Amino acid sequence: MWKWLHPYAKGEAAYRLLGHWQPWLSGLALILVSVGVIWGLLYAPADYQQGDSYRIIFIHVPSAMFAMGAYTGLAITAFIVLVWQIRTAEWAIAAIAPVGAVLTFISLFTGAVWGKPMWGTWWEWDARLTSQLILFFLYVGVLALYYAFNDSRTGAKAASILALVGVINVPIIHFSVYWWNSLHQGATITRFGDTLMPSSMKMPLYISILGFMFLTAALIVYRLRNEILKQELHRPWAMAQLGVENDHGV
Amino acid sequence: MNNMSMWRLLTTVMRRDLAVALRRRSDVVNPLLFVVIVVTLFPLAVGPGPDILGRIATGVIWVAALLSSLLGSERLFRDDFLDGTLEQLVLSPAPLPLLAFGKVGVHWLLSGLPLVVLAPLCAMLLKLPIAGWGTLMLTLLVGTPILSAMTAIGAGLTVSLGRGGALLSLLLLPLFIPLLIFAAAAVENALLGTSAIGQVLLLTGLMLLTLLLAPFAVAAALRVSVN
Amino acid sequence: MSAVIEAKQLTSVRAERLLFSELSFQLQTGEILHVEGPNGAGKSTLLRIIAGLLEPLAGSIHLFGQPQWGDPECWRRQLLFIGHKPAVKAELSALENLHFQATLDGVTNVDAWALLETVGLLGLEDIPAQQLSAGQQRRIALARLWYSQASLWILDEPFTALDTYGIQLLHERFQHHLQQDGVIILTSHQPLTWSGDRLKKIRIEFQDDGELHE
Repeated sequence: MWKWLHPYAKGEAAYRLLGHWQPWLSGLALILVSVGVIWGLLYAPADYQQGDSYRIIFIHVPSAMFAMGAYTGLAITAFIVLVWQIRTAEWAIAAIAPVGAVLTFISLFTGAVWGKPMWGTWWEWDARLTSQLILFFLYVGVLALYYAFNDSRTGAKAASILALVGVINVPIIHFSVYWWNSLHQGATITRFGDTLMPSSMKMPLYISILGFMFLTAALIVYRLRNEILKQELHRPWAMAQLGVENDHGV
Repeated sequence: MNNMSMWRLLTTVMRRDLAVALRRRSDVVNPLLFVVIVVTLFPLAVGPGPDILGRIATGVIWVAALLSSLLGSERLFRDDFLDGTLEQLVLSPAPLPLLAFGKVGVHWLLSGLPLVVLAPLCAMLLKLPIAGWGTLMLTLLVGTPILSAMTAIGAGLTVSLGRGGALLSLLLLPLFIPLLIFAAAAVENALLGTSAIGQVLLLTGLMLLTLLLAPFAVAAALRVSVN
Repeated sequence: MSAVIEAKQLTSVRAERLLFSELSFQLQTGEILHVEGPNGAGKSTLLRIIAGLLEPLAGSIHLFGQPQWGDPECWRRQLLFIGHKPAVKAELSALENLHFQATLDGVTNVDAWALLETVGLLGLEDIPAQQLSAGQQRRIALARLWYSQASLWILDEPFTALDTYGIQLLHERFQHHLQQDGVIILTSHQPLTWSGDRLKKIRIEFQDDGELHE
């Protein structure tokens, strides 16, 4: 009987464990993102060259960082799915990929908004923006493949294979795009001299980065718990969790 | 399993696929005609002046090559999936990556290699200066095996879905970007009279890496797909 | 006496629906297992799990005491699976199909002509399989049984599309395989004309509420 129950107990255990983390992650995310962004947008000094338009980095930089970070997380999860076949990891694929895709989209959008005052155009074929765009395509591919299958286990495995193929390609794509950019001498303005940044700008940026880390984690945990509930809905513990009456008479 | 029987299995898979393909010639020829037609469309769209055509020629030929590789992808596993052959390949005592490698090889022979041969025709139609022809063919020669191998991964992942076309492009085209960049740069260098050897070597390295790793990814994809 | 194949506590869920749970059986040498049940109940799924094409949600299978995923190459060498898709290439002739399949099965000294004669396809050997009838195509697929060295045969609806003579031929071949200490697991909607204690049956019922019982 234990063997029969074992894989089912996992979903519940994971759900409860994540439930303990969720308030902490959400709380820290809320506080740190608020402090970082409000400080950055309202109180940090204006840049001597770019004026106030630079302030978008307090959102752009953290979202770009964790867009990539989430993809690494996705690839690690994909590896776990394929090697150890852990069901919670399969559900995590569905939890991580949309969060990463949204972060990538935010970084692209803020990048474009920043580009307007900087380059006078919404879109410039800048190496960073271009590789971020390609990262977005990779996320879209993983999501499209995952949801193309009726059976969520098959979908998770297929998406995992694609994510691993993608993660091997990411450095190659990154390198090729930077090299291509240097070749064509497009937008070469360095956006921000990182070393020249005064600490009055750095502090809110670091806080914001930390906040986005917790935000990413909280969103993933939130989605993963939802996914577990959705997949385990036919089991008594999940029904009890939702307060649903078991109307199937089982 | 010894080397001799491995080799025999590899050649058997390849001979079977070739035999099937030779009886369905249109499946082989159509993606190639597609390339020629796409190439023909560009002078009509942007005007036949040699300056603009010559500049975009490499890009057009390579993008057409990427798309034709996707068009021919159905041939890789579709019929095998429908008639049950794929199940037998997965259940064969032979290592599945080896069989996948054989199928990639046949796909390349029938879709990649002919592109290399067609390249001068396309280059002529697009008025690519002769100085770039050799390098263009060289990049196609080392680049199309990457196309075939990556296409096989995508085709393996989507074969059970039955309506893989648009999805397959979504999965694969972003992964082809480095290939496009290095190939185009190599031809550009050749046109400028500088050495393209760096890019060609880089592409060769990528090809070897892909051929080494892709069969395992294809095998994993096929195991998922026979589910 | 040890079992040739032993399945313990197999449970399978497909597309979020429970097909069967805690299914166990074992077969000794010379036994044939008939898996019965209505359409869609999970008979094919069970066969595909035993063949190693699918993984069960829970449970284990041992062949000659070896676990299923211990040595995949050895495992696959000992079993022969013919699904309801016959794995016959429509573009190729019967002879070519037999030839390629035999090589992939690791059999090199197969006499394809003799095989064709056995399964009654002599004279049709050069015609592309797509021009043959469904029953003739099935015969091409089943010809593998005559050279197979595998001890475990897993056959999903092997009698489909066969005529009376073909069915009789297949029965004779089964008899021979069982006498040679082989084991057969099959599904069939036709009653097996088999008698004696060599025939085992399991029945998979349709779980109509689609819910998981615990």
